[in-house]
Amino acid sequence: MYEFLTNLIGNEVLAWIIIAALPLFVVILPYALVAIWLERKVSAHMQDRLGPMITGWHGWLQSFADVLKLLQKEDLVPAEADKKLFNIAPALVFTASYAAFAVIPFSSGFIGSGAEIGIFFILAVSSFAVAGILMGGWASNNKYSLIGAMRAVAQIISYEIPTALVVLSMVMITGTLSLEKISAMQTGYFWNWFIFGGPEWGLTKFLLIPFMLVGFLILYMSTLAEVNRTPFDIPEAESELVGGYHTEYSGMKFAMFFLAEYANMFAVSAIVSIIFFGGYQSPVGYLGDLFGVSWLIPFEQLFWFVAKGLFFVFVQMWLRWTLPRLRVDQLMNLCWKYLIPYSIANLIIIGLISLI
Amino acid sequence: MNLYDLIFYLFAAVTLLSAAVVVSSKNIIYSAFSLVLTFFGVAGLYILLGADFIGVVQILVYVGGIMILLLFGVMLTNKITSVDIRTGTVNVLPSAIAIGVFMGLVTSIMIWTKWVSLPTETPLTTTNELGKLLITEYVLIFELLAILLLVALIGAASIARRDKE
Repeated sequence: MYEFLTNLIGNEVLAWIIIAALPLFVVILPYALVAIWLERKVSAHMQDRLGPMITGWHGWLQSFADVLKLLQKEDLVPAEADKKLFNIAPALVFTASYAAFAVIPFSSGFIGSGAEIGIFFILAVSSFAVAGILMGGWASNNKYSLIGAMRAVAQIISYEIPTALVVLSMVMITGTLSLEKISAMQTGYFWNWFIFGGPEWGLTKFLLIPFMLVGFLILYMSTLAEVNRTPFDIPEAESELVGGYHTEYSGMKFAMFFLAEYANMFAVSAIVSIIFFGGYQSPVGYLGDLFGVSWLIPFEQLFWFVAKGLFFVFVQMWLRWTLPRLRVDQLMNLCWKYLIPYSIANLIIIGLISLI
Repeated sequence: MNLYDLIFYLFAAVTLLSAAVVVSSKNIIYSAFSLVLTFFGVAGLYILLGADFIGVVQILVYVGGIMILLLFGVMLTNKITSVDIRTGTVNVLPSAIAIGVFMGLVTSIMIWTKWVSLPTETPLTTTNELGKLLITEYVLIFELLAILLLVALIGAASIARRDKE
């Protein structure tokens, strides 16, 4: 991709800039528009309603109408707020969630950066989002914002531990931190995915399956908590905190928080699908191989990657409209008394199995 | 000046400017957030030197961990109890002397050391080599640090629980 662009434009700096900007315009923004519409339709149908029906076919233009509305809104800054930090916070939160896309391989032909430290980089930059949320919550000078921000920080910091432990156990098996290599390992058919014990045949593959399942459940739950989705959405619990850390934000600044949330949802779904479900690998082989057209394969891979990502985003929405919200103490109990001990045990067992 | 020089000066400027804000700002919250930026700049410099793992660890440990703890402390004192905490300037003379001596020491070390620069290839990744070194050559230091951290963890938990009895 990069060589292709360098040849096309003849300037490596410009090629880098295009590579860096591409995920935003090609993936995140259209995805966010679709996902916001999807969330409304999913929630509506789960509650036996219709949802938006007026704008376009089954209301598919509703998100565009929302964007137009948000663009026209007055930019309100509370008089008592800390104006500098209040304005920086949404940008910081969005930057953090956008930075994670740099190392996510969308297909074998397109990855922002093939850096070796891939997954570790994502774990690190996600901590900037915490700083942004805390900044916004504090600068708003509103008790609901501050409580929401404090809860968000406590929750995200706590749930980073089980996430990191599950990722560590997978790094032990794969021997690499690069998401590109982890995806490339699971090539072939769906039984080569790590949820089914990985690409190597033998006793270890079948021994690994139950622990992979446990690892997947822990990773999915803890990443769900890290992006503040129900049942772990106490930082923005509407019934308790008005809007949580973004209560005071309006117009485009609110839209940036919103966009960051949806971008994060896709990012964590992508990570789960890369680590356990083969990333961009097709479950049933490629049409490009069948017909001998090799340029088709990266596009097919992009299709499978987006399909898997969107499936897990859909599961997140499904959970949101099915499960009730946890209390703060239940949330911390779940993390510290169940997820972390289980993930440590899982880490040790997977380590022992991989020694066989 | 090539692109890498430009990126280096960018990160160096970020580090220095934000560090200046950290020490000069009257508002302790601004100082704390500028410290995040300082650590970010230093991490950028590490990565520019080819130490990708160290750079990311820098972000993960300092920005993620210490900053959040610092901010918790700051918020609990500053905004919620509405006690106005301002950072002032005290003990100007002793600190000026100490800083002067320290700067002199660092500069003299910098000048008198015979720096060896070997034209080696930039390694693609440092993670594997670091891991190997940590559990072979530096295994004693590694284990001692692990025990130290465990002691700190247990100590913190036992201090936090003492009041209840």
